[in-house]
Amino acid sequence: MKAVTTSSDYVPVRKKKSFWNVFAQQKYLYLMSLPFVAWVFVFSYLPLWGWTMAFQKFKPGISFFDQKWVGLTYFKELFQDEQFYQVLRNTLAMSVMGLIAGFTIPIIFAILLNEVRHQVFKRIAQTISYLPHFVSWVVAAGIVTKMLSTDNGIVNDVLMGLHLIKEPIQFMGEGKLFWGIVTASDIWKETGWNAIIYLAAIAGIGPELYEAAKVDGASRLQQVWNITLPGIRSTIIILVIISIGHLISIGFERQFLLGNNLVRDYSQTLDLYSLNYGLGMGRYSFGTAINMFNSVVAVILLFTANGLFKKITKESIL
Amino acid sequence: MGTIKLARGTPWTDRLFDIFVYVFILFVTVITLYPFLNVLAISLNDSIDSVRGGITIYPRQFTLKNYETIFAFSGLMTGLKISILRTVIGTLLGLISASMLAFTLSRVDFQGRKFVSTFLALTMYVSGGLIPFYILIKDLHMMGTFAVYVLPGLVSAFNVFVIRSFIDGIPYALQESAKLDGANDFTIYWRVILPLTKPALATIALFIAVGQWNSWIDTYLYNGSKDHLTTLQYELMKVIQSTTTNVDSFRGKNLTEMIAQVSPESIKMAITIVVTVPILVVYPFLQKYFVKGMTLGAVKS
Repeated sequence: MKAVTTSSDYVPVRKKKSFWNVFAQQKYLYLMSLPFVAWVFVFSYLPLWGWTMAFQKFKPGISFFDQKWVGLTYFKELFQDEQFYQVLRNTLAMSVMGLIAGFTIPIIFAILLNEVRHQVFKRIAQTISYLPHFVSWVVAAGIVTKMLSTDNGIVNDVLMGLHLIKEPIQFMGEGKLFWGIVTASDIWKETGWNAIIYLAAIAGIGPELYEAAKVDGASRLQQVWNITLPGIRSTIIILVIISIGHLISIGFERQFLLGNNLVRDYSQTLDLYSLNYGLGMGRYSFGTAINMFNSVVAVILLFTANGLFKKITKESIL
Repeated sequence: MGTIKLARGTPWTDRLFDIFVYVFILFVTVITLYPFLNVLAISLNDSIDSVRGGITIYPRQFTLKNYETIFAFSGLMTGLKISILRTVIGTLLGLISASMLAFTLSRVDFQGRKFVSTFLALTMYVSGGLIPFYILIKDLHMMGTFAVYVLPGLVSAFNVFVIRSFIDGIPYALQESAKLDGANDFTIYWRVILPLTKPALATIALFIAVGQWNSWIDTYLYNGSKDHLTTLQYELMKVIQSTTTNVDSFRGKNLTEMIAQVSPESIKMAITIVVTVPILVVYPFLQKYFVKGMTLGAVKS
C-alpha cells in the first residue's frame, strides 16, 4: 500500500508504478525533505530517547548499555520531595492565572478596539499594542523591574500620588506578589499580539448581522453581546483547548528573569526546578524525571480538555 | 464630547459605551508605550541627574554619554556582532528549511507526504524536555560553538505549516506548465514557488529573526563562559540581573573611570535601548504581513 494512487489526480496512471519508480521520479522532493526529517529526528525525537535517563543512575560519558538501571527510584524521590509540591503549586498557580487573564483581556481589547470608529487612532493603538511582543523577556523584565521599583518607579509614584498607599511597595521583594507580577507582565507584553486573531475573527462576521441588529434597535453593547461574542466563539474555544494543553509547560524564562532570592518560594516552576537540580547540581536523572512528569501531565491535560470541549461544544482540535 | 462623531439621536448608553471604548483603548496604549519612552528618556539623560528621579518621557539634561560609555565596553561589541550574525544566518537557514518542507508537503502527489507531515506535526506536542536536550547538545559536541545558536532550532513545524497553507493557495496549473517546459521539482520550487511566496516568507522571516535576536537561554546554557560567543541579550541579562552594575560583566578598559561617570541605572537603560531599537525599526513595516501570517497559522494549527 505505497501511496502511488494520489498521483492519479492529474496524471492518468497507465500501469501501476512501484514505490521506487516514483521515488526516482520524485528525487528532488525527497532531497528537499529528507535531510530536514533527519534533522527533526535528531533534535526533536532523540531527546525523547533521553527519557531513559530517568530510569537510570545516569553518568555522563559512559555508553547507554553500561548505565545502571534503577527503575522508579527518581520518581519516588521526586514525589517525596516537599519542594516538588511547592514548585508544582507555583507552576499551576501561574499558569491558571495566565490562562484566565490571558484569555479575557485580549478578547476585551480586541472587541473594544473593533468598536473604535476613528481609523487612524485605531491603527496607531493597534501598532503600539504589538510593540512589547517583539522585545525579549530580558528587556521586558528589565522594564517591569524599573516600573515597579521603589526608587522612582512609576507604579509606586502613581499609587503614592493618588494617596492609595503611604509607603512605596517593595513589589519585587514580596513573594506573595510574584504570581501577580508575572501574570501582569505577560498581559502587558502579549495582549496586543494575542488580540490579532480575535480581530481577524471579528472581521469575518457579516456586516448584515449588525445592520439587522441596528434596525431592531439594539444598542452597541447589545450588539457586542449578541453578535460579536457569539461570532468569535469557536475561535475562543479552539485557542482555549490549545492553551490548556500547554498549561503546565510554562517554561522558566519569565520566572528566571523576574525572580530573585527573596521570592524563591513563589517563583520556582517545574522547568526552573529541573534546571537548578538537573543541570545546576548535575543530577541529570532527577531532572529528567521532572521533565517527564511535565510532559505526561501536559498530554493528559490536552486530551482531557479536548474531550471535555468536544462533549460540550462539538469543537475539537485533535 | 464633540470630537466623537455620532449620529443624531444616539441613545445615551451608546455615547457612554463610546466614551468607555476610547478611554480603555487610550489607557492600554499609554501603559504599553510609557515604559519604553521612560527608558529612552533615562538613557538620554545625564546619569547623575537621573538619580534625582522625576524623569518621565523626555530627558531633563540631554547627553549621549551613557551610550558612549556602553559602546566602549568590548563585551557589548562582541555581543552585537554575534547577535547580528546569528539573526542573519539563523533566519536564512530557517527560511530555506521551512520553505522546502512546505513545498514538498504541498505537493499532493509526493508519496512521502503523509509520513513527513505527521513526523513534523508530532513535534508540536511532544518534547523531551530541558535535561535530555542539554545532554544531546553535549553529546553532539555543540557546547561552546556558534552552531548551537542556529542548528538545533532549524526546523519549526509551525513555520512550515504557515508557508504550506500559503502555497496551497497558489494554483497547481503553474507548476504543471513549468513541468511541461522541462523544469524539475527543484527548479519549480526555486523559480516558481519561492517568488510567489514572498509575503509568507516575510512573515516567517520576521518570526525567526525576532526569536533569534531575543534569545538568551541558549547562550546561558551552552556558551555562558565563552566570551567570544555571548550575545547582546545575554550581556543585557547579566547587567540587569546584577543589582549593582557588575563590573566583571563588562570586559572593557578604564572601567572604574567609566563607572564613576555613569550610574548603573543609566547603563541598564542604554543597553536596553540598544537591544530594542533594531526591532522597533523593523516591525511596523512588516505589520501587514504578520497579521495575515498569524491569522493563517493559528487557524491551521
